[in-house]
Amino acid sequence: MATGLRSVGYLPGESTALVSYLATKLGKPVLVEGPAGVGKTELAKALASFLGRELVRLQCYEGLDEAKALYEWNYRKQLLRIQAEATGTGWDAVQEDIFGEEFLLARPLMTAIASEEPVVLLIDEIDKTDQEFEAMLLEVLSDFQISIPELGLVKARTHPVVLLTSNNSRELTEALKRRCLYLWLDYPALEHELEIVRLHAPELSETVARRLVEVIGMVRALDLKKPPSIAESIDWARALLLLGVKDIDADVFMETMSVIVKHRTDMDVVADRVGLKLRSPADVA
Amino acid sequence: MSPDPDAPPPEEHLEGLPARILELGEELRREGVAVGTSEMLDAFAVLEEISWTSQEDFREALAATLAKSQEDRRVFELVFDRFFFRSVELAAAREGIREGDAASLEELSEQELEALRAEIAAALRDGSEGAMRDLARMAIAAFSRRQEGSGVIGVDVQRIRRALGLRAEPQPDLPPEDPRRDGLPRDALRRFEALLRRELERSQVERTGSLPPARPLGELDRALPSGPLADLAAVHRVVAQLRRRLATQGMQNRGHRRHAHVDVRRTMRASLQTGGVPVVLKYRPRRPKRPEIYVLCDVSTSVTSASVFFLSVLHALHDTFRKMRSFVFIERISEVTDIFEHERNFKAVSERISGDAGVADISGYTDYGRVWSEFLVQVEDDLHPRATVIVLGDARTNGRDPRADIFAQIAARAGRTFWLNPEPRLYWNYGDSVIAAYEQYCTAFECWTTAQLEDFVRALTRPVISAAR
Ligand SMILES: Nc1ncnc2c1ncn2[C@@H]1O[C@H](COP(=O)(O)OP(=O)(O)OP(=O)(O)O)[C@@H](O)[C@H]1O
Ligand SMILES: [Mg+2]
Repeated sequence: MATGLRSVGYLPGESTALVSYLATKLGKPVLVEGPAGVGKTELAKALASFLGRELVRLQCYEGLDEAKALYEWNYRKQLLRIQAEATGTGWDAVQEDIFGEEFLLARPLMTAIASEEPVVLLIDEIDKTDQEFEAMLLEVLSDFQISIPELGLVKARTHPVVLLTSNNSRELTEALKRRCLYLWLDYPALEHELEIVRLHAPELSETVARRLVEVIGMVRALDLKKPPSIAESIDWARALLLLGVKDIDADVFMETMSVIVKHRTDMDVVADRVGLKLRSPADVA
Repeated sequence: MSPDPDAPPPEEHLEGLPARILELGEELRREGVAVGTSEMLDAFAVLEEISWTSQEDFREALAATLAKSQEDRRVFELVFDRFFFRSVELAAAREGIREGDAASLEELSEQELEALRAEIAAALRDGSEGAMRDLARMAIAAFSRRQEGSGVIGVDVQRIRRALGLRAEPQPDLPPEDPRRDGLPRDALRRFEALLRRELERSQVERTGSLPPARPLGELDRALPSGPLADLAAVHRVVAQLRRRLATQGMQNRGHRRHAHVDVRRTMRASLQTGGVPVVLKYRPRRPKRPEIYVLCDVSTSVTSASVFFLSVLHALHDTFRKMRSFVFIERISEVTDIFEHERNFKAVSERISGDAGVADISGYTDYGRVWSEFLVQVEDDLHPRATVIVLGDARTNGRDPRADIFAQIAARAGRTFWLNPEPRLYWNYGDSVIAAYEQYCTAFECWTTAQLEDFVRALTRPVISAAR
């Protein structure tokens, strides 16, 4: 599994590879938690690409409802049909007709379940939804079927690999957790992150890249509102590459730190605690 | 074949495994982890899927099914170690099997010790799990030759870690080839500490021939993962609250410049030269105010992780109080008031204190008796009933005389004396901790989280009732 994920450009930590493997073996959903930008979404993409499956993604947000997650009737199309058929055919016949699969708009959950080929289903940021939605999801994930009153039961033809991600903005219900394997993704260890950065910015010299992840580590050790994630490390590496930087000294850091710290107050803290500590060009000379 | 606590239970006990997994689940539940039937069933299911040869896979697979939040995962790590260590150990104790101590290590030279340090650091950097356990045992054997155990495993773990110079923070003073120079991975450090703990427990078992009581995991064990620098911001927040509280109480000494007093007699005398017209006002010299807070901070081995916390408390206090003198100590004391007054950056402060500001540290063991007498000599004339003395330390004397009598003299001269102890109360007066001897003369606080620091701050800012002494 580890090699497979690596082959599609994702460098998994030890537990990541193992849990992904177990998920495919046991067919259990995985709940992936961890700070923003540590590669939760990316893991799902990599898994799909490695397994040669389609990735179906349900991005959650506040107020997400069943219509957007499961299915919706294509109202417009139904209306057209009703108008077209209004003459002649009886109401019963029309009704039977317009609640057929043809008029169903499948949303991600339905798509994933009804797919002919097994997919990877990513339910991203589940913590943004409410408990009611969670309960619905739970049902879908335990029975792998969806009941549509007008149409009957839609049963899964294949079994998707399901990943749920959460940024911990609220506690998920015990019931949901019970159903899942759990994977905690943290900021990677220095060497691991170095490898990731070098994968995404191979032209950056080893020394600068190493310095970069060290500095990132220092910044993360501060108590910031939004610590830099792997995504920021990669962005920073690319920025430094564009600037043709040879070393990360105080000046370079001050000029480019907005790439890795976004919050106004964080920037002050970082400039103060990290910026001043890096060698300034004068010291080196 | 001697049982290996690192390996999952051996094949022939396999039929006993479900029972053991159930017990593990039970222990987790006792520690507050929500483990239900479906978790247990999943645990059995995943164990079918993994290879038995990898201890890491065994642990990760169980973790993925039994621990479903970051907090639970922490607890799982601790319980897992304790559980599999204890059960294998118990079996070994029953059969009277003992693992030989690495006896040849007894006469380690300084050079060999340095080599051991390097080897351990390299193993941590490279994450070589396999080597780590042996290295942990060697480290314990080596250091138990050099100093007495404190009697508290958590304390010994920290002492050894510190003696090995293993830190997550970069140590730029070390030579470039030293793996510790760039700082060691935090999780590897944590795993190594867990191994030390387990090995220390093992030798305790071997000494006493019985198992230590399974104590509920202390909050301390759970609280450790946050890095000291993350704590720093929290400490500053708490002390900033303190500052606000003081300001509203009007206790902070601001604006005395405006109240400079004109010295009438000297002004008149000077005016004689200008025909009696007071052209030049003569001010009374401003008497330097005596410091009101004295802080003594233990930066020794046994409080390593706490020292950083304490130094940041000290740093924050200096931000708040101008009339303050600070001392750090291990075996002897050194005053660091100047450093704090001239350095605003915490990292720089701690570097200077551990570096050139030179804490007098010959043996590395705290000598409280000596610290009290040196302190008394240095501040005797200055101490006054409105002064507050704060000691930050674990009150572990390494078997030396606590000299509570001298401490009593200090407390008698000062208005209030506080003690902040970085160990949970559970550990107080256990092993070489002598906090009880001092507690009769001061108010002692358990202080290793910012929440506890807040309690202390509340006490500190309670107005001094002058009669209450
Ligand atoms: N192990 C890894 N190997 C390769 N690239 C990685 C790895 N982890 C993260 N990345 C990269 O880091 C970036 C951030 O990852 P991603 O968007 O998946 O994070 P996330 O955890 O989903 O964040 P959020 O919580 O903000 O949704 C991506 O560009 C991804 O390519
Ligand atoms: Mg994401």
